[in-house]
Amino acid sequence: MVENPQQPALAGEVPVAEAIGVYKQFGSTLALRGVSVALHSGRCLGLVGRNGAGKSTLVSIMSGIVAPDRGQVRFDGQRAPDLADVRAWRERISTVFQHSMVVPQLTVAENVFLNSQPGRSGFVDWKAMRAGTDRVLAEWGFSGVAAGAPCSSLTVEQRQLVEIARALAAGRRCLLLDEPTAALERAEIRRLFDRVRALVAAGVAVLYISHHLEEVFEVCDDVAVLRDGELVLAQTTAGLSKDELVAAMVGPNVAAMTTTTQQNGTEGRVHRDDGRPCLVVEHLSAVSARGAVRDVSLEVRHGERVGLAGLLGAGVATLARAVAGNQSWTSGKIEVEGIALVPRRPDKALKAGVGYVPEDRRAEGFVRMLSVGENSTMTIVDRLANRLGVLLPRKRDAAARPLAQKLSIVSAGLSQLVGELSGGNQQKVTVARAVASTPKLVVAITPTRGVDVASKATLLEALSSLASDEGTAVLLATDDLDDLVICDRVVVLRNGEVVAEFTDPPFEREALIGAIEGFVADEKATA
Amino acid sequence: MTQVDSDEGATGAVGAALGTEPGSRTAVEVTLQRNSRQARAVSVVREAALLPVLVALIIVGALVSPVFFTVSNFSGIGLQASALGVTVVGESLILLIGGMDLSLEGTYGFAPMLAAWLIVPVAAFGSGADLSPVLGLLVLLLAGGCVGLINGTLIVKARLNGFIVTLGMTIVLAGLQNGIPKAQTLFALPRAFSYLGSAYWGQVPVSLVFTAFVFVGVGLFLRYHRGGRAIYAVGGNAEAARAAGINVDRVKISVYAAGGTLAAIGGLMEAGRVSAVTGQQGYGEGVIFTVFAAAVIGGVSLLGGRGNMLGAATGVALLSIVQNILDLANVSSYWIEAIDGAVILVALVMARVIGGKASQG
Repeated sequence: MVENPQQPALAGEVPVAEAIGVYKQFGSTLALRGVSVALHSGRCLGLVGRNGAGKSTLVSIMSGIVAPDRGQVRFDGQRAPDLADVRAWRERISTVFQHSMVVPQLTVAENVFLNSQPGRSGFVDWKAMRAGTDRVLAEWGFSGVAAGAPCSSLTVEQRQLVEIARALAAGRRCLLLDEPTAALERAEIRRLFDRVRALVAAGVAVLYISHHLEEVFEVCDDVAVLRDGELVLAQTTAGLSKDELVAAMVGPNVAAMTTTTQQNGTEGRVHRDDGRPCLVVEHLSAVSARGAVRDVSLEVRHGERVGLAGLLGAGVATLARAVAGNQSWTSGKIEVEGIALVPRRPDKALKAGVGYVPEDRRAEGFVRMLSVGENSTMTIVDRLANRLGVLLPRKRDAAARPLAQKLSIVSAGLSQLVGELSGGNQQKVTVARAVASTPKLVVAITPTRGVDVASKATLLEALSSLASDEGTAVLLATDDLDDLVICDRVVVLRNGEVVAEFTDPPFEREALIGAIEGFVADEKATA
Repeated sequence: MTQVDSDEGATGAVGAALGTEPGSRTAVEVTLQRNSRQARAVSVVREAALLPVLVALIIVGALVSPVFFTVSNFSGIGLQASALGVTVVGESLILLIGGMDLSLEGTYGFAPMLAAWLIVPVAAFGSGADLSPVLGLLVLLLAGGCVGLINGTLIVKARLNGFIVTLGMTIVLAGLQNGIPKAQTLFALPRAFSYLGSAYWGQVPVSLVFTAFVFVGVGLFLRYHRGGRAIYAVGGNAEAARAAGINVDRVKISVYAAGGTLAAIGGLMEAGRVSAVTGQQGYGEGVIFTVFAAAVIGGVSLLGGRGNMLGAATGVALLSIVQNILDLANVSSYWIEAIDGAVILVALVMARVIGGKASQG
C-alpha cells in the first residue's frame, strides 16, 4: 500500500475520528486493505465506492460494531475504547444507519434519550427528557417533530431526524450517515442537505456515505473513494470533476472505455405489434399505504419499455404492484395477454406471464437462507420439477447458470446463500428470478435503488435487452430519473393520477422533474 | 442536460467493462468453486456437530452400566425414541415454515385415545362402537390431520398467533382426552392397533424401522421435492416466496396438517409400546418440551427456514440415549428431570460452539 493516498492534512488539527491503516478480512475476502480516513471538526467527508468496495465494513469498524484485524481507530488522537464498551463508543461517535434504528413503540423523547434518560438513580425524569428533546429539536430546527409523539407515527424523514437528534442530544460531534437519502423524497433530501450543512457549520464532523455522486458534490467538503477494499482517492471536492470521481470508483482500465449501451438499447427495439397490447390496465383504482391509484388506464405493447415515474406516494409502486398481482384494487381491471389478473394473487400473475422485481428486495425479493441457484429459479419450479414434483439440484443449477452469467452475479458459486451477497448482487438475483420464467411482461419497481453504479448498468441493460431481444414488455416504476434512460415512453403519476406522458426519448430531465413534482416552484418545494 | 450525459457515459463504461469480463472469468471461477466446496465442507461439519457428543455419551453409557452396550438395550432405546422421533419430524416441519405447534403433544395423546375408545370394548372403557382396528387407525390419522388443519387455518387465515392458538388447542385436546373416556385408561388394544409400537422384526422394533423411514423420506422430500423446497422458501421469507408464485397459505396449512398427522402416529407408537392409552400420554407428560429440545438441539431454527432431518434425528438420538443412561444409572426420579434439562442446555451450547450458528434460536 505504498501509493495509499492520504487525505489533505489539516495543519496541526487532531481529527475528531480517524481510522488508521485498517485491515479487515471476512472469510476469504479482504474487505479492507490498509484504509486510513480522518474526520475533522466542521468538515463533511463523503465516502463513496461500488457495492462490495468496503464502505459498510469501514462504517462498522468506525462505529465500533466490528474490530479491525490490523490498524486502529482513534478519537481525538486517543485510541478507541474496547469493542465491548458500547457506551464509550456511543459517547464518541454516532451512526445513522440506512435501516431505521428507532424503536417505533416509544415516543420521540424516549428514542432521543434511549439508554441515557435523564433522572436520578435509575428513575426517569420524564419532564426533563421532554424538555431536553424539545431543546435539541428547536436548536437544530427540526420542526414538525413533537417530543411526545410515538415514533410509529413519524415519516421516514422524521425518524432519521430523531436518530440525528439522539446523537446531538448526547453532545456528540461526530456523525456517520449511511446512505441517508436512500428512502427520502426529493424535497426531503434537499432539507437533509441543508441540515447537514448546518451541522458541519456548527463544527460537527460528518462522514457521509452515498451512492449518488451529485450528493457528494453538494454536501461534502472532502471525498474518499474505496475500491476493492483500498482507498484509491482522497481529496477535497472542490476541483474534482465528476468524471474523475467515477473513474476512481470503477478503476483505471475501465474508466477509459466508453460504449453505447444505452443507445443500443433504445434503437434495437422490436415491437411485435400484433395489434393486441401485452398489458392493459383499465380505469384502475386502488387504495394503499404506498399511495392511492385513481382511475388509471395504461397499455404496454410487446417489446415496449414503459417508465412509470412519480414521487414515493404518487401511486407508482401501488400501480406496479397491482400489475404484479401483489396489491388489491377497488375497481377497474388488469389484463396481461388477454388474461384478467386477480387481486392479491401473484401466482396467477406469474402464470399469466408477469415477471416481478419488487420494490423492497429484502422483504420480497429473495430468501436469504437459500442459494443463488434456488432463488433465481424459484419462479420456474413447476418447469424444473418432474411430474411427481421431484426437483434435482443439477437441473436447477443448469437453469440458473445462464441467468447468473447474463446478469453477472458475483458469488462463490450457485450454492452460495443469497444472504451472503452484496446488495447489488442480491438485486441481480431478484431480477434473475423475475426473468427466469421468460415472462411476457416484466414489472420492476425501483430496481436500482441502493445499488452501485456498475450493478445499476448491468440491471438496466438486462431489463432493456429483454425488450429488444425477446419482445418482452417492460413496466419500470421508479423515482430515479436515471432508470428512465432505457424507456421508450414515460408515464408520470401524481396523486395517483396520470398527469403527463413522454413518448419521445431522450427525455428532458427538467420536464420530467417538472411533471413529477407538479411544477412546484423552488421556494415552495422546501415547505 | 450535461449532467445526464456524463451519467450515461459512466454507466455505459461500466457496462462495457462487464461485457469484457469473460476473459478473466476462468481463474475467478476456479477460486469460486474452491470456496463453494469449502462452504459445503463447513456445512457438513455443522450438521455433524453433535456426533462427537453422541460418541462421548455412548462411552459414558458403557462405563455406567454393562447392560448399556447390549442389543436389547439399544432396541429398547430405539423403541422409546421412535414415538418421539416421528413427532419431532412433525414439529421440525412446522418450525421450518416459521411456525410453532405446542398442540402436537395434545394430538399425541388425544388421537390414539379417540381411536382406541372407538375400538376397544366397553369393558376396557371403550365407547362400545367396536370399530374395526383399521377404521380406528384411519380415525387416528384423520384426527391428527384435522387438528393440524384447524390450527393452520386459524393461524394462516384468521392470522391468530401460533403460540396462543396451539396452546389453547393443547388444553382443549387434553381435556377431551380425559373427558371422553371419563378419565379411565383404555386397555385391551387389538394387535393391529398396538403392532406399530410394540412388535419386533427379529431384534429390531418395527417402530424404529418406520421412524427411520419417515426421517429419510421427509429428508429426501425436503431436499428434492418442490414441496420441500417451498417449505424452506416460505420459512426463510414468506413474502419473497409469495412473490415467486408459491401459494404460501396452502404450504403452511398443509405443513400444520402433516405435523398433526405425524404427532398422531407418534402417539400411536407410544400407546402400542405401553399397551394402553392413559390420560397422561402427551400433555400430562409434557412431551412437547422434549420435542422442541430435540429439534432445536438438532439445528432446526425457531425462526424458520433452517434445519434438516439429519440434525433432527441426531437431536432425538442424543436425548434418548441420555434418558437411557440416567435410567440405567438408577438416578432417582427426582433428579432425572433436572439432569435431563441440564443436558439439554449443555447440548445446545455445544452445538452452538461446534457448529457456529447451527442451533441459533
